Amino acid sequence: MNPSVDALRATFGDAIGRAADVCGDTIVSVRRERLYEIMKWLRATPGQRYDYLVDVTAVEYRDRERPLEVVYFLRSLERRADLRVKVELDPTGDLTVDSVTPVWAGGNWLEREVYDMFGITFRGHPDLRRILMWETYAEGYPLRKDFPLRGRFSRAEQVRQALNANPEAHYSMEELSIAEAYTELPADMRERLRKGERGKIPHSE
Amino acid sequence: MKHVIETKEVAGSPNFQLTRFQQLVDWAVNSSRANSLWPMPFGTACCAIEFMATAASRYDFARFGMERQAFSPRQADVLICAGRLPFKLAPVIRRIYDQMPQPKWVISMGACASTGGIFDNYAMVQGIDTIIPVDVYVPGCPPRPEGLLYGVLLLHKKIKGESLFDAVRRRDEQPLDERGLRLPPEQIDEISEPFGNSIHQFRSA
Repeated sequence: MNPSVDALRATFGDAIGRAADVCGDTIVSVRRERLYEIMKWLRATPGQRYDYLVDVTAVEYRDRERPLEVVYFLRSLERRADLRVKVELDPTGDLTVDSVTPVWAGGNWLEREVYDMFGITFRGHPDLRRILMWETYAEGYPLRKDFPLRGRFSRAEQVRQALNANPEAHYSMEELSIAEAYTELPADMRERLRKGERGKIPHSE
Repeated sequence: MKHVIETKEVAGSPNFQLTRFQQLVDWAVNSSRANSLWPMPFGTACCAIEFMATAASRYDFARFGMERQAFSPRQADVLICAGRLPFKLAPVIRRIYDQMPQPKWVISMGACASTGGIFDNYAMVQGIDTIIPVDVYVPGCPPRPEGLLYGVLLLHKKIKGESLFDAVRRRDEQPLDERGLRLPPEQIDEISEPFGNSIHQFRSA
């Protein structure tokens, strides 16, 4: 068992739920209300120093009684230790957890992926929008158990929506990193970007 | 719009001469086109690896006039869609197809591009013929280079059967309709129907 679990229990008491040792990995589940605090503590406390957020994902079980879990894979590069933190959510209730992006900047896209696939909202995320599916995707959250394999709409409707999507609208100005070159763009492209549904353009006239 | 030259009213030998002349023109034009196809590779998956093998020295499709691969649609004759096409890429391939100058042809390489293949799910286009018109379907998962070369030779045969003077044997631009679709919705639904092993997968929920 990873010694971090005992340290967590000593610090946060009953906010720490079950802990298990599975195939050499330690899994600890924490209360959702104190997730952000706990994560910040795991990142910053000497002796813990989980400085690398490997992955964020979510699990929904076929058994409807079981809660939906958000899973954080943490690693301490200097201590060579791994810890898996789980938060349990009621699938019929409010699917909101605090974002850990302020703690690990790498959580940004990982949380966007979980939001895209499971519909879990990350409170405090700087840019929470779909990342795999296009942003106007209206069929729901594909990895949820109630999502039909072939999608909710008919194939014709899916093709229609896909063909009517704007392929240039998937990226924010920052991702395209043309924001700083904005004034050098041709006038028609500037016009399109200004009208586009994507983000604000910094320092536009 | 139609440029069919009416030949019935011309009596006697001029009719024969005109037809011979048209055949000569068609032969010259079609041979030039068929023997200098410039492919535009649209490789999205493992089929692209086989495509590269086809282009490389052992199979070398330069032997069939495809010496120059056009990585810009503006200089391409034949679009080779090698690999599966997700809905997110549907507007992209449609735009690439629209950017290609007439005359243009499309080879759908592999099971996924032709039918969706094993990916009968919410994210995948069930055959690129719901998006763009396809001339040659190359089956296989992925097809061997010989398969693709055979498809190219079939395309040569098709091109050599076209006629500038006969609208039936010449394909004009096929723009999208006002709904933004290439085919009527019922037809898209019909050709996207599950088949083979896919029929054992149910829509869940």
